[in-house]
Amino acid sequence: MTKRYKPAVHFQHVDYSVDELPILKNITGSFPEGRITTLVGPSGAGKSTLLKLCNGLISPDSGEIYIKDKEISSYQPVELRRNVGMALQSAPMVSGTVLTNLALPLALQGKQLPEKEAADLLDHVGLEADYVHRNIRDLSGGQRQKVSIARTLVNRPQILLLDEITSALDRTSQQEIEELILKINRKHGTTMIWITHNLEQALTIGHYTWVMMEGEVIETGESDLLKSPVNEKVKRFVKGEAQ
Amino acid sequence: MSYLTLSITLIFVLIPLILSRTLKLGLEKDTIIATVRSIVQLLAIGYVLQFIFDSENLLYIFLMVTLMLVTATLNARKKGSSIKGITWKVGATLLFVEVLTQSILLRFHITPPTAQFIISISGMVIGNSMVLAILFLNRFTSEVESRQDETELILSLGGTPKQAIHTQLMQSIKASMIPTIESQKTVGLVQLPGMMSGQIIGGADPIQAVQFQLLILFLLLTTAAVTSVMLGFLSYPTLFNQRMQLLKQHHQ
Repeated sequence: MTKRYKPAVHFQHVDYSVDELPILKNITGSFPEGRITTLVGPSGAGKSTLLKLCNGLISPDSGEIYIKDKEISSYQPVELRRNVGMALQSAPMVSGTVLTNLALPLALQGKQLPEKEAADLLDHVGLEADYVHRNIRDLSGGQRQKVSIARTLVNRPQILLLDEITSALDRTSQQEIEELILKINRKHGTTMIWITHNLEQALTIGHYTWVMMEGEVIETGESDLLKSPVNEKVKRFVKGEAQ
Repeated sequence: MSYLTLSITLIFVLIPLILSRTLKLGLEKDTIIATVRSIVQLLAIGYVLQFIFDSENLLYIFLMVTLMLVTATLNARKKGSSIKGITWKVGATLLFVEVLTQSILLRFHITPPTAQFIISISGMVIGNSMVLAILFLNRFTSEVESRQDETELILSLGGTPKQAIHTQLMQSIKASMIPTIESQKTVGLVQLPGMMSGQIIGGADPIQAVQFQLLILFLLLTTAAVTSVMLGFLSYPTLFNQRMQLLKQHHQ
């Protein structure tokens, strides 16, 4: 899977546990640069933990993680997190307007986001410019998620971590977000690591997929593997999810 | 008041005992323990205070205030057991509040430097500071847990731990100070403060009693603000490590 593409993120024998309970066990593998890799698997498989390791919100107990060939701990945390953006299912927002939220990444650096740039960002994610001054409370789930993605783009990340960003959305909003992610990936060549419960989404949007269960990576490869998995556990999982 | 009269006041203990027994509340044992403890503790402290006031020895005043500080610290730290080094943080906060308030009172000759004043006021300041510390720690630990998403959002966007915890910290400081401020708004209208009532019952001039009560109320405002702010700013850095990560034990 890494023959044609350089790894943007590489895991080497990574373990992570909480209160001596193993969450991730001996994870080894790469996420190719500029491609969309989906992470699928049942709840509690360790997918979200794996994402948090990628932007240094947590550190592994053992093993190494490389971001663009550099060991993750050699990055300054702030520099790393601006390069590796993250969007969550809950799309957490700070209270205030859409502009307040879009401007947050720059406000944290003591800078301001010009309104024109905010409007351009909204246009990029498919929202009209007049949303800039709307209160965040008045937005639908899909609109909030778009603002959340736009906000992450302010830092111009090279890698984007997406944690079930469409799970709480209706079908139309889900499709809009999928198209948006594809557009960002094509336009900026952003590497995407996307957790999803939707296997159809993994098949149609993802270039590659990792199937995770009980803290382990069970099967990896091009997304088509979900059509004909080799591993028995994965077969059962795919069958169960498809039903 | 004679001890005979005092013993008649036990009627006020009998009433809750009877109610507890009748309604099967199961509070009889706790009520009796509370009564016995309050009698023993207060009588003991009464004799200790009498001894200290008579001796006017600085060492005894120091020991008494130290005892108050240690007891209050050990009590308040339980609420923040998930915060690293909470014992010294609470201890340092209470000590700072005590030194600050006593310095102002003594420096400006607001109260005389006698055991009677230093110990009584220290008791009120340290006691109030302890309650504030408990209120703050209670709120802060639950804010950190319930708003972990927000904390991680700010960190994910390249924010520092201070920026990531700012809202939760301010909310907790504010929430812990509200009861002190609110209770002062109705003082004299809804409740007469215990110290003032005690002085009036003891035969003091009501205006004099009110003046002292005002002093205490203002003192408690400072106590509330300084305790919450200082404990807050001492506590939040230990929630994170050098890699600007929320520590494992604070992850849900």
